[in-house]
Amino acid sequence: MSNLAVLPIIIPLISAIILIFFNSKVKASRILTQLFSLIGLGVSGYVVWQVVANGTIVLETGEWIAPYGIILVVDTLAAVLVLTTNIISVAGAFYAPYAGLGEKENYYFYPFYFFLITGVSGAFITGDLFNLFVFFEVLLMASYALIVLGGEKVQLRESVKYLLVNLFSSMLFVTAVAFLYGTVGTINIAQVAQRVQEVDQQGILTTIGILLFFVFATKAAVFPLYYWLPNSYIVPNPLVSALFGALLTKVGIYSLIRVFTLIFIHQIDLTHDLFIWIAGLSMIFGVIGALSTNNVKLIIAYNIIPAIGYILMGIGIFNQEALSGSVYYLIQDMIVKAALFLLIGIIVYVAGTSDLRKMNGLIHHYPLLGWLLFISAFVLAGIPPFSGFIGKLLLLEGAFRDGHIIIAIIGLLTSLLILYSIIKIFVRGFWGDKEAMEGIEKKPIKGMVAPVIFLLLLTVILGVGAEFFYPIADSIAAYLLDPEIYIDSVMKE
Amino acid sequence: MDNYKPNNMILQTTTSLIAFLLLGFAVYLLFAGHNSPGGGFVGGLMTSGAILLLNMAYGSLTVKKMLPINFTMLIPIGLLIAIATGLGSFIFNVPFLSHTFGYFTFPIFGEVELATAMLFDFGVYFTVVGVVMTIILSIAEDQ
Repeated sequence: MSNLAVLPIIIPLISAIILIFFNSKVKASRILTQLFSLIGLGVSGYVVWQVVANGTIVLETGEWIAPYGIILVVDTLAAVLVLTTNIISVAGAFYAPYAGLGEKENYYFYPFYFFLITGVSGAFITGDLFNLFVFFEVLLMASYALIVLGGEKVQLRESVKYLLVNLFSSMLFVTAVAFLYGTVGTINIAQVAQRVQEVDQQGILTTIGILLFFVFATKAAVFPLYYWLPNSYIVPNPLVSALFGALLTKVGIYSLIRVFTLIFIHQIDLTHDLFIWIAGLSMIFGVIGALSTNNVKLIIAYNIIPAIGYILMGIGIFNQEALSGSVYYLIQDMIVKAALFLLIGIIVYVAGTSDLRKMNGLIHHYPLLGWLLFISAFVLAGIPPFSGFIGKLLLLEGAFRDGHIIIAIIGLLTSLLILYSIIKIFVRGFWGDKEAMEGIEKKPIKGMVAPVIFLLLLTVILGVGAEFFYPIADSIAAYLLDPEIYIDSVMKE
Repeated sequence: MDNYKPNNMILQTTTSLIAFLLLGFAVYLLFAGHNSPGGGFVGGLMTSGAILLLNMAYGSLTVKKMLPINFTMLIPIGLLIAIATGLGSFIFNVPFLSHTFGYFTFPIFGEVELATAMLFDFGVYFTVVGVVMTIILSIAEDQ
């Protein structure tokens, strides 16, 4: 029994409810948001420390034992992801006062912010498929509100698309869970895994697995199902885009990791080989999208898709190096995507346009901004001292070890093109004549830049301190490859 | 036709009667939930149905005077009640959301089984009333 497992879920939930009462008091809301996010960070840090020291925390809510009640499972993977979520929430909370939210702050922005964090944390922690669905809905409801808040024409248009796609995939999720329940008679993930193992994953179960893959692939924006993502992610405020880019698709890919390392692992040549192809296509199409546009926000939004491709590639290859690479890449990508979206928000704010062709010579006026973008491009592409390198190195090592040469080459080429797509912003927007942007007055950006520096510093630490972080990723991969550990920790007999 | 004022006497008279019945039935549903069909959700819906009927018969201004409640604020209050029942488990050092019950003797009702799950249902009830009324009133007041 440990109520520690529920704390990362209820702290943001209570924060959201308290902030509803402070709706009309903007100043108090801002301070409380920062305070609550720091509390959340502290608690999730403590949870990680407990999990690493004493092993998985399993909470049987309401004293109902394993397969009968709702089980919350905080293993190392979930704990680390919850910590990352809270880091991003802190950065967002300190960015919020400068984000130019305007009137939105009076319309329940901060409550929705914390409801989103609640949903994401809950989805990481739950040990029950239907509960996973509920937490998906919690985070999606909050994201619907955040995407449409402000009510501009373009927001309304994109939110309708976003809502329809997500509603459809949620319906498919319920249907898939119903099929699974009809087949194995349980929705507790550990017991499902046990029963699927007992019947050696016969035809119908593989079908349900593929169905679940479609659901999570839609949420995670994997190759044929990514079409809804780029435009809808750039219409809200940069802070909201950062939260979306860093957290929402990552919950989808986390669910894929869970389901396809725990439950559907007995027909690997059917499912996981398919993932490798889809991962390769996601990388190619994502990076083509990023290269095709001159809208700086859209370039970053398209860059989410190849990152998801890398993580999916690790699941597809399914050996220890590749999985630890996936985990490493997942965590660093959450941080760097949040940083990039916030950074692009600042760039658009100072340049007054998101069209790359209209920017020029920004580095003469904002040198710090330029170098931050330069660093984040290197992080994203995976240049050595930064964190993107370790994840990609492990993934490529895993790919070469199992002879997946083509996907490795695609991965390498994609890295190059990702680097090009970000450096393009740097070269075209920041280099150039000093006089080009003379017309615009210099805007103060001190407060906005601090959270970005904080996030980028973390990616540097993740890269430089790989010696310290790699064993954790490696142990997570070993843990993912042996589902018995998870099953035994939940189903104590 | 400007000073035409409809005379809704039949609607208003029957509404006072029916709204009373509806509210009573809503409370019955709320309390019956543990052992027979009912519960916080349907109870909350029925209550909002009754308030809505009053709105239609008497107009929203009269109802605002009659029930001076900010329905939007009922949502966080309901949520707080629901979470508080879970948070009690931190005090008694049992797993989150553990519920308990006991038998109490009251003057009129005699021996009654009271469960803490009821408190959670109150939270659901307030949240549902708050959500439904907020949706309907904000659409109705929108010009």
